[in-house]
Amino acid sequence: MSDIFAARSQMAMSLVFHIVFAAIGVALPLMMVIAEGLWLRTRDAAYLCVAKRWAKGTAILFAVGAVSGTVLSFELGLLWPRFMGFAGAAIGMPFSLEGFAFFTEAIFLGIYLYGWKRVSPGIHLLAGAIVAVSGVASAMFVCLANGWMNTPTGFRLVNGQLTDINVWQAMRNPAGLPEAIHMILASYCAAGFATAGVHALLALRDRSNRFHQRAIAIALLVGGSAVVAQAVSGDALARMTARNVPTKLAAMEGDFQTRSGAPLHIGGLPDVRTRETKYSIEIPDGLSLLAFHSPHATVQGLDKTPQDEWPNVLVVHIAFQIMVGLGTLLICVALVGAWLAWRNGPLIENRRFLQLLALCSPLGFVALESGWVVTEVGRQPWIIYHVMRTSAAVTTMPGLTTPLVLFTGLYLILAAIVIWLMSRHVIASPREAEIRAIAGNEVPLHARP
Amino acid sequence: MRAPEMLLALILMASVTFYVLLGGADYGGGVWDLLANGPRRQEQRELISNAITPVWEANHVWLVLVVVLLFAGFPAAFAAITTALNIPLTVLVIGIVMRGSSFVFRAYHTGDYRTHRRWGLIFAIASTVTPICLGVVVGAISSGHVLVRDGISINGFLAPWLGTFPLVVGLFALSLFVFLAAVYLTVEARERALQEDFRRKALVSGAIVAAMALGTFLAARTGAPQIYSGLLRPSLVWIVQGATALYAIAAFVALLTRKYKVARIAAMLQVGLILWGWGMSQSPFFLQGDMTVSAAAAAPPVLWALIGATAAGLLVLFPSIGYLMQLFKANNEDIPLH
Ligand code: HDD
Ligand code: HEM
Ligand code: HEM
Repeated sequence: MSDIFAARSQMAMSLVFHIVFAAIGVALPLMMVIAEGLWLRTRDAAYLCVAKRWAKGTAILFAVGAVSGTVLSFELGLLWPRFMGFAGAAIGMPFSLEGFAFFTEAIFLGIYLYGWKRVSPGIHLLAGAIVAVSGVASAMFVCLANGWMNTPTGFRLVNGQLTDINVWQAMRNPAGLPEAIHMILASYCAAGFATAGVHALLALRDRSNRFHQRAIAIALLVGGSAVVAQAVSGDALARMTARNVPTKLAAMEGDFQTRSGAPLHIGGLPDVRTRETKYSIEIPDGLSLLAFHSPHATVQGLDKTPQDEWPNVLVVHIAFQIMVGLGTLLICVALVGAWLAWRNGPLIENRRFLQLLALCSPLGFVALESGWVVTEVGRQPWIIYHVMRTSAAVTTMPGLTTPLVLFTGLYLILAAIVIWLMSRHVIASPREAEIRAIAGNEVPLHARP
Repeated sequence: MRAPEMLLALILMASVTFYVLLGGADYGGGVWDLLANGPRRQEQRELISNAITPVWEANHVWLVLVVVLLFAGFPAAFAAITTALNIPLTVLVIGIVMRGSSFVFRAYHTGDYRTHRRWGLIFAIASTVTPICLGVVVGAISSGHVLVRDGISINGFLAPWLGTFPLVVGLFALSLFVFLAAVYLTVEARERALQEDFRRKALVSGAIVAAMALGTFLAARTGAPQIYSGLLRPSLVWIVQGATALYAIAAFVALLTRKYKVARIAAMLQVGLILWGWGMSQSPFFLQGDMTVSAAAAAPPVLWALIGATAAGLLVLFPSIGYLMQLFKANNEDIPLH
C-alpha cells in the first residue's frame, strides 16, 4: 500500500469513527435537556428516567469522542505536517476557539453528570443547556476550518507561501457557515433517528412502557424537524458548491458536460471512460433549476476541469445519491410520524410505525457519513482547493501502513466494546418500579436547600 | 510586550503548566492505581477514581489547547515536531485513547470484579506509558536533534528521540506526575489511614523526583549540551532553580508535619517552576539549537488574533473551572457522584 493511500485511509477512518461520537455529543445533550425540562414541568418520572438514561449514554460516548478527537488533532500533524506547516496559521483560529468550546463542554458535562445531588434543579438544567450549546459551537468551528479547505479565503499566495493571512476572513469562507449549519442539523437528524429507532425496538417488546413513549416523542421531534430543515440547508450548500467548487458539484451530479439547462441525474453510474452517467433517471433542466434556481442557467461539467484534477467521480456521485436519497426517505418518515401522532395519538400504539422507526435507526448516520465522503473525496486531489495538493501535504515518514493497521484495530475493538456496553447498561427497558424509584430518590434531594 | 510571538509562547507555556498540574496528576493517579498495595488497596483505588472521574475530561482539554495553539501560532515548529517525533507521538496518542476509554469502561463494570480489574490494569498501564512519551517529546525538543528541512527529518525517525536524555526526561516527567498525584490525594482522602498511605507515597515519590532531577541534569551534559551550559551560566535561571529547590523542601516539610494543603501548594509551585526553568533555558529557541521562537511563529497579525481569542476564552474558562473544582474538590465528598 502506498504511504499516501495509507495516510488518506487513516485520516478517513479516524474521522468516520470520531464523527459518530461528535454528532451524538452535539445532539444528545439537547435531547437530555428537553427531557429534564419536561420532568421539571410535569413531574412525570418517566421523563427523568429518560434524561438519566441518556446522560449515562452520553458519559460513555463523550469520553470516546474526546479521545478520538484528540487523536485527530495530532493526526493533522502526524499525517499532514506539510499541510499544517503551510496552513496552520490560516485554520488555527477556529480550532483554537473550538478548544474553548471543548472546555465549557467538558466542564459542564462533568457538572451535569456528577452534580445531580450537588446543584439545584435549575442550575443542573442550565449546565445541560451549556453543554448543548458548546457542542453546537465546536461543530461550527471545525466546519469553518473544513470550509476553508474547500473554499480558501483570507490570504495572498506569494512565492508558494500564504502571506497577509487574515484569520477572521479565513473563517468567513463561503463554504464554512453553510457546512456548519448542515452539519449541526445532520447531528440532530442522525442522533435523533438513531435514538428513536432504538427505543422503538425496545417498545415493540414492551409497549405499555411510558418510558419509551416519552423517549421516542423527544427523539423524533429533534430528528424529524432537523431532517426537514436539512433539505433547505442542503440546497443552500449545493448552490454554494456550484458557484465555488464547480468540479465537485459536477462529480456529485455525474455531470460530464457543460451546458445550459443541465438535467438532473438521479441514481445511475458515472463512467469516466465514456464520460456519461448510465442508468440514471434524467430530469430535464433539473440541475440548472436546483443549482442556480433558473432552468436555463449554465452548469459547469467535468469537461471544464483537466482530468488529472478530477476526484473519484463514481464514489462522489454514489455517496451523494445515498445522502439525498436517505434524507428524502427520512423526511417522509418524519411527516408520516407527525400525521399519525396528530390523527391517532401516541405513536407507541402503532406497531407498524415502530417497526419502521427501528429499521430507520442507522440511516441518519449513513447519510451523515456519505455526506462527508462527498465533501472530502470530492475535494481531491486537493487538500486545499486549488492551492495545495494532497500528495504535497503527506508526511515523509515511511511505513504508514503500520499506524493505519494499529488505529484500525484499536477503533474496531473500541467500537465493539462501546456497542456491548451500551446494550448492557443503557439500552434496556426500565421497570415501572425503577422509574418510580429514580424519581423517589430525586424529589427529596432536589428539595434540599 | 512588543513581540507577540513571545507573548503567545508564554501563553503556550502556561497551558502546558496547567496541563501538567491538573491533567498530569490524573495520570499519576493511574500509576498509583497500578501500585495500590496493603490492606487498603481497594479504598486507595476508589479514592483515586472518585478524584479523577468528574474532572479528567476538562483537564485533558489543556493538552488539546496546547496542540491547537502550537499549530495555529507556531506552524513550522508543529510540522517539524510531528515529522521527526512521529513515533513517540503515535505511541502517546494510543496511550491517550487507551487511558480515557478504559477509564470510562471500568466505571461501567462495577458489578463484575474481574472485568473491572482488567480495565483497571489497562487504565493504569496507559497512565504510565503516556507521561513517559510526553517527557520523551519534551526531551527530544531540548536535545537539538529535531532537524527538519523541506519536510524531511535529517536525523531520520529514531535518532531524534531514541537516546538517553529524552528517555530520562520521560521518566522524570512520570515521577513528577506521580508525586503530584500522591500529594493531591493526601488532601482528597477523608480517612486518616488513607491519608497516611498517600503521605508515605508522596514522600517516597518526592525523593524519586529529586533523584530524577539530578539524573536529568547529568544526562543533559551530553544529551542536551546547550541546555546544560545554559543552566551553569549565572542568570535568572539560577533564581528559578533556587526557588524550585526551596519549594521542594517546603513540600517535604509540610508532608512530614502533615500540613497537606500547604504541601499541595508547595508541590504545585515546585513542579510549575521546573517547567518554567526548562522554558527559560530553552529560550530563545523553540526547537533547541535550530528554530527560534520567532522563526517558528506565524505573522504578527495572526499571533495577535490568537492572543486576543485566548484572552477572551480564558475569561470564560477560569470561572467555569473554579466552579467545577468548588463542586467536586471542596470537601463535600460525602455527597455521592451518582
Ligand atoms: C443526516 C445527514 C444528512 C442528510 C439527511 C443530508 N445531508 Fe447533506 N451532508 C451531510 C449530512 C446530511 C454531512 C454532514 O455529512 C455533510 C458533509 C459536509 C457537510 O458540511 O455536511 C453533507 C454535505 C452535503 C453537500 C456537499 C457540500 C460540499 O462539500 O461542497 C451537499 C451539496 C449536501 N450535503 C446536500 C444535501 C441535500 C440536498 C440533502 C437533501 C435532503 C442533504 N444534503 C441531506
Ligand atoms: C479534523 C477534524 C476534527 C478534529 C481535529 C477534531 C478534534 C477534536 C478534539 C481534540 C476533541 C476532544 C475535545 C475534548 O477533550 O473534549 C473533539 C471532540 C469533539 N469533536 Fe471533534 N474534531 C474533528 C472533527 C469534528 C467534527 C466534524 C465535528 C462536528 C460535529 C466535531 C465535533 C466534536 C465534538 C462535539 C466533540 C466533543 C466530544 C464529544 O461529545 O464526543 N469534531 N474533537
Ligand atoms: C468528521 C467528519 C469527516 C469525515 C467522515 C471525513 C472524511 C474524510 C475522508 C473520507 C477523507 C479521505 C479523502 C480521500 O483521500 O479521498 C478525508 C480526508 C481529510 N479530511 Fe476529512 N472528513 C471529515 C471532516 C473533516 C474536517 C472537519 C476536517 C478539517 C478541518 C477534515 C480534514 C481532512 C484532511 C486534512 C484530510 C486529508 C487530506 C485529504 O485527503 O484531502 N475532515 N476526510
